[in-house]
Amino acid sequence: MIGLGQFLEVLFSGLLSGVLYSLVALGFVLIFKASGVFNFAQGAMVLLAGLALVRSLDFLVANGFPFWSAVILGLLFAAMIMAITAWMVQRFVLGPLINQDGLTLFMATIGITFVLEGAAQMIFGSDVYPLRLFPTDAWFLFEGNFPGGLLVSKIDVWGGLIAAVLVAGLAVFFQRTKTGRALRAVADDHAAAQSVGISLNWIWFIVWLVAGLVALVAATVWGTKLGVQFSIVFLALKALPVLIIGGFTSVPGAIVGGLIVGAGEKLAEAYLGPFIGGGIEYWFAYVLALVVLMVRPQGLYGERIIERI
Amino acid sequence: MFYRETGQFKTSYAADMAIFPIRQDRIALWAVLAFAFIGVPLLASFQVWPFGGEYMLRAILIPFLILSLAAIGLNILTGYCGQLSLGSGAFMAIGAYSAYKFSTGVHIPLEIFSISIPPLPMLPSILLGALMSCLVGILFGIPSLRIKGLYLAVATLAAQFFFDWVFSRVKWFTNYTPSGSVAAPELNFFGFVVNSPVERYLLCLVFVTLFALMAKNLVRGSIGRQWMAIRDMDIAAELMGIRPLYAKLTAFAVSSFVMGVAGALWAFVYLGAWEPLAFNIDRSFQILFMVIIGGLGSILGSFLGAAFILILPILLDQVPQALGVPLTVETVSHLVFIVTGALICWLLIVEPHGFARLWSTAKEKLRLWPYPY
Repeated sequence: MIGLGQFLEVLFSGLLSGVLYSLVALGFVLIFKASGVFNFAQGAMVLLAGLALVRSLDFLVANGFPFWSAVILGLLFAAMIMAITAWMVQRFVLGPLINQDGLTLFMATIGITFVLEGAAQMIFGSDVYPLRLFPTDAWFLFEGNFPGGLLVSKIDVWGGLIAAVLVAGLAVFFQRTKTGRALRAVADDHAAAQSVGISLNWIWFIVWLVAGLVALVAATVWGTKLGVQFSIVFLALKALPVLIIGGFTSVPGAIVGGLIVGAGEKLAEAYLGPFIGGGIEYWFAYVLALVVLMVRPQGLYGERIIERI
Repeated sequence: MFYRETGQFKTSYAADMAIFPIRQDRIALWAVLAFAFIGVPLLASFQVWPFGGEYMLRAILIPFLILSLAAIGLNILTGYCGQLSLGSGAFMAIGAYSAYKFSTGVHIPLEIFSISIPPLPMLPSILLGALMSCLVGILFGIPSLRIKGLYLAVATLAAQFFFDWVFSRVKWFTNYTPSGSVAAPELNFFGFVVNSPVERYLLCLVFVTLFALMAKNLVRGSIGRQWMAIRDMDIAAELMGIRPLYAKLTAFAVSSFVMGVAGALWAFVYLGAWEPLAFNIDRSFQILFMVIIGGLGSILGSFLGAAFILILPILLDQVPQALGVPLTVETVSHLVFIVTGALICWLLIVEPHGFARLWSTAKEKLRLWPYPY
């Protein structure tokens, strides 16, 4: 029998790794809401942002910059790379593809994924680069209550905090700023937004930029935890079931979905894994998403799909 | 001028409804088939460039044929029925592993459900393997009745990841080999053992020709029209009396059957020995790209797309070498990524309907050439 202490430990580590999925899923949701583009490239953007950050950081530190100024410069450099990416995507791919149907746009983002993956690795290298921004050791909590205490990794807690700050920041951005309101207007109705003088091209650039910055945040946490490497792209695929569970258009949905997927797969691995051979983390999220889809096709928080002829 | 159907009168309904109603198309098809069936083996056996040596057959033509077949399978589902699938690799894997199990004997020693089938001959194994793929395809097609579009694409990822896991973790499928990789049994077709590259090539060609003809016929018949109606607007199709359940599930069934055959051929004929990695998500994407680039909803497009996606990396590999620019293997693989991605975006922008549409535009132009009015 697995004790309560271990259950809580698995639950916490699951919830906190779920936060990482949420961070990636958030990028998807932002772009999908504003432009109706299902952005498959979000994972590649995380990779690009991570590589840009870690490589510039290594370069600056090697050239004698003090660590914290190097971090700030590295973050600025990575943010600049994401801005360039956002501009190029908007200018060269999505701009010309305006008014195409969702499937075409989705496939175009798969193309973007390939370009970003190839370019990121060609420019910045394709090894595993460790990123040391946050402490990675662990805390032992409640040692009085449980034998050995609860093992909670500091980086997971940092991830949770950063995600909370990010979501709060995005909420303020969407509710209080002029650009944020314009974004919501575009998400609501393209044509109506255009008719009151909102530039769609500009808004879509902003959306891709915000998604790129969210990717950068995800990359800092993820890179610290696992090192910046190509497999981030595959982990980012896990954001897809998160989206399905949470709904494509809901920011809270992305967060809740991420938590459900993270906790669910860790618990399933711990409790079901031994019976059917282990490694079920690999597909559990997808099957969970499939089950959710059968019951609620629009996800937990998604808008109801109404179809007309 | 060369491609003009003036004067070709149809005097019977049969002629009017032929697969290739235009004489030039028929001639071109026969020429291509004759070249593929007779010309290539002859050239190969006389060692004529570029068919001399085994490289052309083994590394280009055989994978081209098999991946074209897989692309036809996906095109039926995505191009004709409009159900986006990212799980093609899984269905190929099911075809390959089931065919392997049938050809080496199936034994399930459970008490409640015990079954023992002796090793079957090659052809029944491949077809039964494809049938298994077909059954699983129907199973994973059921969600398509409730969900559509991108949601469905993610749902098919479930199939991809689940079967990746099954074939690498459940040792029964690999006959308990310690490494997890399996070797194909002897390719014995009714006493004739397929071994040399030319024989393998001809085997693939027979399968591909048969299935391409079948697909071409299916999509212009009643069922194909139902698929296309569902693709164009499912609610309207339903109101017109097309059963979505039947149409969608048949599309899943036919598509995964074809992909199962392609998977079995890929494993048995092309790879020889393989592990689950051969059918991972990259394979699914590769096939999806073939279908997009070739043209959604076109059988010819499946071939064009397969040729393009397969030959592109080889070209990108060869060109810098020929120009004397030394590139590392890594750089080349990254370049392939970039160029493939950029080409996909570019093609979607200039021609969202792929090479097949370019081809039909070219035919229109040829019809009038050299007098454009």
